[in-house]
Amino acid sequence: MDANASARLKRSAATIAHRIGLFLAMLLICLPGIWIVLSSLRPTVEILAKPPVWIPQQVSLDAYIAMFSGVGKGGIPVLDYFRNSLIISITSTVIAIAIGMAGGYAFARYRFRGKSAMFLGLMLTRTVPGIALSLPLFFVYARLDIIDTHFGLILAYVALNVPFTIWLIDGFFRQVPKDLAEAAQIDGCTRWQAFWQVEFPLAGPGIASAGIFAFLTSWNEFALASQLTRSINSKTLPVGLLDYTAEFTIDWRGMCALAVVMIIPALILTFIVQKHLVGGLTSGAVKG
Amino acid sequence: MAIVSLKKLTKRYGSMEIVHGIDLDVADREFIALVGPSGCGKSTTLRMIAGLEEISGGTIEIGGRIVNDLPPRSRNISMVFQSYALYPHMTVRENLGFSLKIAGAPKEEMDRRVAEASAILGLDALLERRPSQLSGGQRQRVAMGRAIVRDPDVFLFDEPLSNLDAKLRTQMRTEIKKLHAKVKSTVIYVTHDQVEAMTLADRIVIMRDGYIEQVGTPDEVFQRPATRFVAGFIGSPPMNLQEATVDDGKVVFAGGQSLPLPARFKAKVDAGDKVVFGLRPDDLYPAGHGLHSGDAADVHEIELPVTVTEPLGNETLVFAEFDRRDWVSRMLNPRPLKAGDRVAMHFDLSQAHLFSAETGKSLRS
Repeated sequence: MDANASARLKRSAATIAHRIGLFLAMLLICLPGIWIVLSSLRPTVEILAKPPVWIPQQVSLDAYIAMFSGVGKGGIPVLDYFRNSLIISITSTVIAIAIGMAGGYAFARYRFRGKSAMFLGLMLTRTVPGIALSLPLFFVYARLDIIDTHFGLILAYVALNVPFTIWLIDGFFRQVPKDLAEAAQIDGCTRWQAFWQVEFPLAGPGIASAGIFAFLTSWNEFALASQLTRSINSKTLPVGLLDYTAEFTIDWRGMCALAVVMIIPALILTFIVQKHLVGGLTSGAVKG
Repeated sequence: MAIVSLKKLTKRYGSMEIVHGIDLDVADREFIALVGPSGCGKSTTLRMIAGLEEISGGTIEIGGRIVNDLPPRSRNISMVFQSYALYPHMTVRENLGFSLKIAGAPKEEMDRRVAEASAILGLDALLERRPSQLSGGQRQRVAMGRAIVRDPDVFLFDEPLSNLDAKLRTQMRTEIKKLHAKVKSTVIYVTHDQVEAMTLADRIVIMRDGYIEQVGTPDEVFQRPATRFVAGFIGSPPMNLQEATVDDGKVVFAGGQSLPLPARFKAKVDAGDKVVFGLRPDDLYPAGHGLHSGDAADVHEIELPVTVTEPLGNETLVFAEFDRRDWVSRMLNPRPLKAGDRVAMHFDLSQAHLFSAETGKSLRS
């Protein structure tokens, strides 16, 4: 066998090994997700069986049917939770992105007194674990009488997301060359027009990714929401999971079914935005 | 019609003054080049004219109108950036038409003017492409097209060729010159490359450390540099400059060597004056290989050892040691020479320059 043939063989062996490795890694990452989907489809006996039953024996959609069939028939107010989640997540994301754009742009483009201190301050807020704030937040909210309201939770999530969106969007605006906005101003734009016509479209993919991040943070957040919500007025889906725990039992199947319901919109959103994200990034990746 | 006039134009960042009250008048349709080493304030000056940089003092007039505090869009200028600054998310057509779109021009007019500019610059085949799909030279042309479409009073160029390779630079230089002949607008062109400035400009403004050193036609700044700095900056290879002391009809160099004091400086200097002696490589040559036949009385011959030669085909740069320093000379119709050879060098003193060592100013009046 000549050297070329053996090199070719080695290369294809490496490719196969590479793929097997990737498959194993993906399997490991996806396993919890798959397990949740599987568990939502089978009876508790099978879920709790030891050793685990890998291939489901009895598959049914009972948990989903029960979930939507209303209180008293094993259901929970899932549509209310869903609505609350949607309102709170979308509103807080929109606000966090608006503030993040203004702040990120200011940090990227302007020089002002105390800029680095402010930036550092924003970053430091990220080092405080949210759960540590939940008790003080609870007291303050109780005094303000905004516990169990959309407003209260939106406020908390905006505060949680803003430092991160500012930081992320700042980075994307920095990548847009300053010359472009200047060229636009010479071409007849006001500062404001230059921003919307040139800088915003170019930073768009970055802003979208900050948006996904903020949305998912709000959508999945549990610790604060469990403290600050009470009823179907404002309970979100993650808090709704607790409805499946009773004093002595936990309905694992129902909980998993609700988890699947929770994951699907987030997955869909990520897929939709990701397509734009990739398209945007390649067309934006031009040396000014 | 656009005369650009700067009066006592000053730029300060905090307590740091970058541009020190410069005065400059640019005639209508004139091509003027601002040239100088980096950090000399030439780009800052251009940006102040464009309105991208606030001015700290003085006035800027464009077409008889003081524009000190007007935003860039109200100055009727266009600018070509060093980075081209094409909008990456727009096609070439959209890039060219952007200013018209912002101004709310009707579609037909927009199409017509984009077509005109694209015809002038040969962009017709590229109109639907994006900047990322263009080569450096094509991007450069689009950037110029975007400037033309606006039909401005003044074109501002900020080192437009410095991102191109040497061959393309020469080519684009010619195109810019042709373009100026066609559009007949006032042009202010910033560059650090003196060759660009010499070849393109009607007049050159040489700046250093925020001051204007000299304003003049390419010929003037080359033949009659006003300061030692200009003498060293303009011309390639640069002028030979050596500090010396005037003594009894001679200039005596630090190393002890001397040359006769050129006749026309005799009345300008006294014995003991510290001066800087300057001689262009064109005026220093191996005997028989010079540019000028020279007035015999003013040509001074010294035999010098060659240290390095740089053959360029039609000519050879010969470095020869004189007064413990390499002097560069230009040998036309070159003959083979090698390091260590001793050659008779002709110093054409009728072309020599003298500058005051103290002020750097030329001693020729």
